[in-house]
Amino acid sequence: MPNSDLRSPGAWRDLPAERVQRFDAELAPLLKRYPADRKASAMIPALRIGEHLFGHLSPEVMALAADRLGTTPGRAEEVATFYVMFFTKPKGRHVVELCTNIGCSLSGADRIFEALKRKLGVENGGTTADDRITFREVECLGACGTAPAMLVDEEMVERITLEKAERIVEELK
Amino acid sequence: MSETLILTRRWGTKDSATLASYKSAGGYGALEKGLALPPSAIVDEVKASNLRGRGGAGFATGLKWTFLPKDVRPRYLTVNADESEPGTFKDRYIIEHEPHMLIEGIALTCWANDIHTAYVYIRGEFARQARILEAALAEAYQAGILGPKVLGKDFALDIHVHRGAGAYICGEESALLESLEGKKGYPRLKPPFPAVVGLYGKPTIINNVETIANIPWIVEHGGAAFAALGVGKSGGTRLFCVSGHVNQPGVYEKPVHYNLKKLIMEDCGGIVGGRKVKAVIPGGSSSPVLTADEIDVSCEFDALKAAGTMAGSGGVIVMDDSTCMVRALSRISKFYAEESCGQCTPCREGTPWMEALVHKIEHGHGQPGDVDKLAQMANNIGGQTICALGDAAAMPVQSFVKKFRAEFERHITERRCPFGDHAWGKTQESRDAVVGGMRA
Ligand SMILES: Cc1cc2nc3c(=O)[nH]c(=O)nc-3n(C[C@H](O)[C@H](O)[C@H](O)COP(=O)(O)O)c2cc1C
Ligand code: SF4
Repeated sequence: MPNSDLRSPGAWRDLPAERVQRFDAELAPLLKRYPADRKASAMIPALRIGEHLFGHLSPEVMALAADRLGTTPGRAEEVATFYVMFFTKPKGRHVVELCTNIGCSLSGADRIFEALKRKLGVENGGTTADDRITFREVECLGACGTAPAMLVDEEMVERITLEKAERIVEELK
Repeated sequence: MSETLILTRRWGTKDSATLASYKSAGGYGALEKGLALPPSAIVDEVKASNLRGRGGAGFATGLKWTFLPKDVRPRYLTVNADESEPGTFKDRYIIEHEPHMLIEGIALTCWANDIHTAYVYIRGEFARQARILEAALAEAYQAGILGPKVLGKDFALDIHVHRGAGAYICGEESALLESLEGKKGYPRLKPPFPAVVGLYGKPTIINNVETIANIPWIVEHGGAAFAALGVGKSGGTRLFCVSGHVNQPGVYEKPVHYNLKKLIMEDCGGIVGGRKVKAVIPGGSSSPVLTADEIDVSCEFDALKAAGTMAGSGGVIVMDDSTCMVRALSRISKFYAEESCGQCTPCREGTPWMEALVHKIEHGHGQPGDVDKLAQMANNIGGQTICALGDAAAMPVQSFVKKFRAEFERHITERRCPFGDHAWGKTQESRDAVVGGMRA
């Protein structure tokens, strides 16, 4: 039954039990940061853990986060879709994100962006045919002084040149 | 005379982020001193310091603290480490090089305001900085600086890191609170202000990382000494983040009223390739742009306001005379259109509309009258929205059109960009980035 029950609070039971256990173990210490009656505060951390463990935020993973935080899957979905760092659809094994905002753009990011798209054979936000890399442009990364900057699987790489960027994407397996 | 450095003095020294290193340089001495004083004495020093918020609006920090209602508990402190305004990149370096200075500032702020829980909201993209801060917090707990008894005193304090997940709007204080409560970052209508109804409906102080990092120095040296470093109603030093076409981009700690031209032409080594300055955005991408003739000005809040712009978040973006201003505005407008949260019609509809029109002009498809249309649209957004993102999107448009109108008109009459394919790209490799006086 596609879609109709995707927002069902119990959908998380379809997830592999072993990874659900890991999810709970990783979430537990983070929950302590918020008042006991404000567990939903941990929504972003919970979704981040969920995405790392399950690959992307499927309806089941969102339902899991919602269940553990005592809120609705709809609320989890709202958060998952609001923040750009979350993926609600499958993505490549690696995510490469180049900043093209004003500081990076003044320092040559536009050319690197065009060249990388060509090299990877993708459009902005696309994934390579071998599912290796999802590539997209992002807004200011707070690295304008060492521009251009790039996030590679959430780690910042600065002072990017075309050669450096090409080497990085080649080395991602 | 050597300049006083408050925040960057130890940047780049070995292990500056560790507790041992911080303590060996006298760190946590201010906390020791502060805890022996009545909380109100610290608030008084901060008021006397003329410290103004470094997150954008420049509101007097001591005064903000006095807005907390007297008898509602608990109260919270949230430290704004969202740092997402294009051109701004200083808070991350404070966290990288001096996380304990921030922690000490938080502890003093909490003692001063009877707060026992603080959250540092750090943007999701700063994964490394979040790890550094977590490690410093762990050290502080271990050493009894945080926890049930701060430095042995009958004062409990917990500090937690909360990582965002990519949304510029979460730097806006009320959106930050929504996000911290586990929701999407929709700014709240104000009033009530967070000082009265903030996190979990409780009184909450929200301050920028740099603002809070100044507190230990103020407690140690006194508010008057901090005020004396500045001018008028603005005390202290400030971290200027310089990016764009300068030879040495980076973070520079200077007195709040430092001269903008001097900063660019002397401290940052002037413009790449010996070119000329064309335009400077002085306080992050939302602040109105200055022309080359206008940059011989003090960077102090009120001085820049008098010059028709803003000191904002301290992000100085420099553009040389090869820069197409329509292209520059196009990129900035795209940012605000992308980041509008969508709650208010003028912002949700207006920001993409402005972006589309600038884009059209940029690529030679503009019509006569489009420049006026653009200016009019910006005027219809400013002041009409729940939060200041609407203004932030409108101000660059208004100022670019006002100061570089001829360039917009040229794109329309020549039906193309007169700057060709935008030969932007002085890549960083050929330049020295400087972070607080040292090479990054
Ligand atoms: C759209 C928008 C984005 C903002 N982003 C930030 C930010 O990234 N960091 C920050 O400290 N303040 C930011 N602010 C300002 C905060 O709302 C708030 O004024 C500030 O954190 C208060 O701290 P301060 O008094 O120490 O400056 C932003 C404001 C707006 C309207
Ligand atoms: S001004 Fe824009 S960003 Fe701010 S609340 Fe309204 S729609 Fe959201």
